Amino acid sequence: MSLELRKVHIRDVVLGGENRLTDGVLFIDTKELESLILEDHRIRSVSFDLARPGESVRILPVKDVIEPRAKLEGGSSFPGVLDESMTAGGRGITVALKGCVVTTTGPIVGFQEGLIDMSGPGADYTIFSQYINIVMIIDKHDDINPHEHEEVVRIAGVKAAAHIGEIGLTCEEYEKTVYDWPVIGERYAQYPDLPKVAYVCNCMSQGLLHDTYFYGRDTKKMVPTMVSPLEFMDGALVSGNCVSPGSKTTTFHHLNNAVIDELFERHGKELNFVGLVLNPMMVTLKEKYRGAMLVADLVESLGVEAALITQEGFGNPTTDLMMACKNLEDMGIKTVIVTNEDAGTDGLSESLPDMVVEADAIVTTGNSNATLLLPKVDRVIGKLEDIERVTGGNVDSIKPDGTLLVEIHGIMGSHNLQGNTLLTAITV
Amino acid sequence: MKRVLFYTNQFFGQIGGEEAAYTKPEVHEGPKGNANAIAPQLADAEIVATVICGDNYYAENMEDCRAYIRTQMEAFRPDLFLAGPAFNAGRFGIACADACAFVEEEFGIPTVTAMYEENPALEMYRKRIYILEAGKSAASMTKDARRMAGFANKLLAGEAIGLPKEEGYFAKGRRVNVFSDKNGAVRAVDMLMAKIHGEPFETELEISTYEKVQPAKAVVDLSKAKVALLTSGGIVPRGNPDHIPAATAKVWGRYDLSGMDRLEPGAWESVHAGYDPVYANDDPNRVAPYNTMKQLAEEGVIGEIYPFLCSTTGNSTSVADAMRMGEEMVEQLKADGVEAVILTST
Repeated sequence: MSLELRKVHIRDVVLGGENRLTDGVLFIDTKELESLILEDHRIRSVSFDLARPGESVRILPVKDVIEPRAKLEGGSSFPGVLDESMTAGGRGITVALKGCVVTTTGPIVGFQEGLIDMSGPGADYTIFSQYINIVMIIDKHDDINPHEHEEVVRIAGVKAAAHIGEIGLTCEEYEKTVYDWPVIGERYAQYPDLPKVAYVCNCMSQGLLHDTYFYGRDTKKMVPTMVSPLEFMDGALVSGNCVSPGSKTTTFHHLNNAVIDELFERHGKELNFVGLVLNPMMVTLKEKYRGAMLVADLVESLGVEAALITQEGFGNPTTDLMMACKNLEDMGIKTVIVTNEDAGTDGLSESLPDMVVEADAIVTTGNSNATLLLPKVDRVIGKLEDIERVTGGNVDSIKPDGTLLVEIHGIMGSHNLQGNTLLTAITV
Repeated sequence: MKRVLFYTNQFFGQIGGEEAAYTKPEVHEGPKGNANAIAPQLADAEIVATVICGDNYYAENMEDCRAYIRTQMEAFRPDLFLAGPAFNAGRFGIACADACAFVEEEFGIPTVTAMYEENPALEMYRKRIYILEAGKSAASMTKDARRMAGFANKLLAGEAIGLPKEEGYFAKGRRVNVFSDKNGAVRAVDMLMAKIHGEPFETELEISTYEKVQPAKAVVDLSKAKVALLTSGGIVPRGNPDHIPAATAKVWGRYDLSGMDRLEPGAWESVHAGYDPVYANDDPNRVAPYNTMKQLAEEGVIGEIYPFLCSTTGNSTSVADAMRMGEEMVEQLKADGVEAVILTST
């Protein structure tokens, strides 16, 4: 399996006019995009806005963030989501528009939606402040229930990202990277002197706003599965607008999985990256035992000596993380885990609700309970009052002077558990 | 010039050895004993007085000693309190740390003490005060005095205090967020490579040990017991009157159930951000099974139902907040004569 990823750099976006990409400036025909989105009759209205890095703009409540993508060869950009038939991702040529993202907002579905500040202290806590946000404000019809509402905004976001991606499809200026993923026997045999390493990617699979979709399939209906990292990079995973904002693995994060990037970076130099297991984390204890057992089973079959596990969410999913860690360590597989912490607003509480002694190598992406005072901004895209209902906010979040007191929980991807953040925590 | 009050024991205060360990606290104007090792190194501050107390006396008369220190604090009005260094002396370590904790908490001024890493006072007081690293014995007095003076100068100047390793203090155990120059994925692969090669690495989060909860004894006769329903599943009256947050709740609510046979959909809702609330909103009894409790009471299985629902959102709640809320609930329930509890999660 081989994937050519073409990165097209976007330096500005203009809404309106005809679709084109000239000198790094992306023009989007919003009328055409609007009619495409409104093909879903559950949507009452859709509108578009832009938020650029450094602007005094706040977007909330954000549901998902998606990188615009298109396929030049080998299927569609988000296989299994928009099409009935499908071709597996990770093959052919994919075009990724870098520097801009599609950000979905609109009336709140649930408590798990977050905020993005494009400037000020909040901007340091989200990678999305560094991108031009093409914001899509989606309003649904009244009779759409919460589960359908989530589906509506999820699919609209993916549709828009695929549509916008197409604009850059034939762009001749791009940066090219080719990723190879040979068959298992070849992978095992190459670099015999380097340690073999596997990656276990935990994903949330727990219901409304706690789901992940694999080729369009709800991961609640799956057991742990071996997946190629090239498929991850190529749209096989879509976020179900999942989990609280700070620890959210957006579709953008799946497409740009920080651990996969780093393992490929060192592949053939320091280590031999031989496999990846996708582990859906479910609600009941029995499912957790089953998941952790199958993770260990699959990783063992890869013949690796070490593994890295990343996480999504916190609380009961910490148990999935710890069980998988214990099972791997018990097999003699050296394991590192990535987690966030809930150490309380004062940072004095125990950080995690569950732990095993085998978890002796932990990378932390920060204390999600820590609070941050955000300044008043010139412009809000969305509805500021929703901060009172989402994770990280409360009724006292909006201060009389217009500033906003939030736990960093409330900021999109602030402590992303795939390690796509510089945030960490130390003990003082 | 800033003012410093100094605390030391009978030995370093030059009163006597073990035979003077029951010396009652006394005060001397200016620096006395080992205070003189530190005084010249204070940048813009002077040691206005030295309190000296026998180690045994302090350990056995803590309240008296704190009262004595209070009097001296009021008399000398210092800007900072220094104690020790206590090296590996257990009783002296406790006296230094206890005096610092008392002064800091009662008077709100910064305090500094220092001791050896195995001094038992370290674990007892490290969360409350700055304890600097010191040598095992007085042989390291010069070095330790320099460190204490340097740290005191920083505190007095209002300078930002750096990391424990940079400044030489024992971590208090508070987690603070910082930005690293490498993202979490890069750090994780770095750590994995070190672990593979058997090289030293430092976990970014130490393994916690949790307090084990001893289950209460079984209820002798449930048919005579008063039983309460508690939930961390975030079921509250519609509109969330107590504004219980969707995550990281620090408050819980107590809601009147009298006259009800079940939690009516529409009248109750879930405000918990950690699970799909649709099914709980359709029927709140799925999370807080008051209808079943009521039925069991009618059948005589349960003697009596406590007529209030105690509820919070157990989502990203810190262990410390969870323990505090639990204790508050128990206090209320005990006062109301509740003998057993059914606690549901999500």
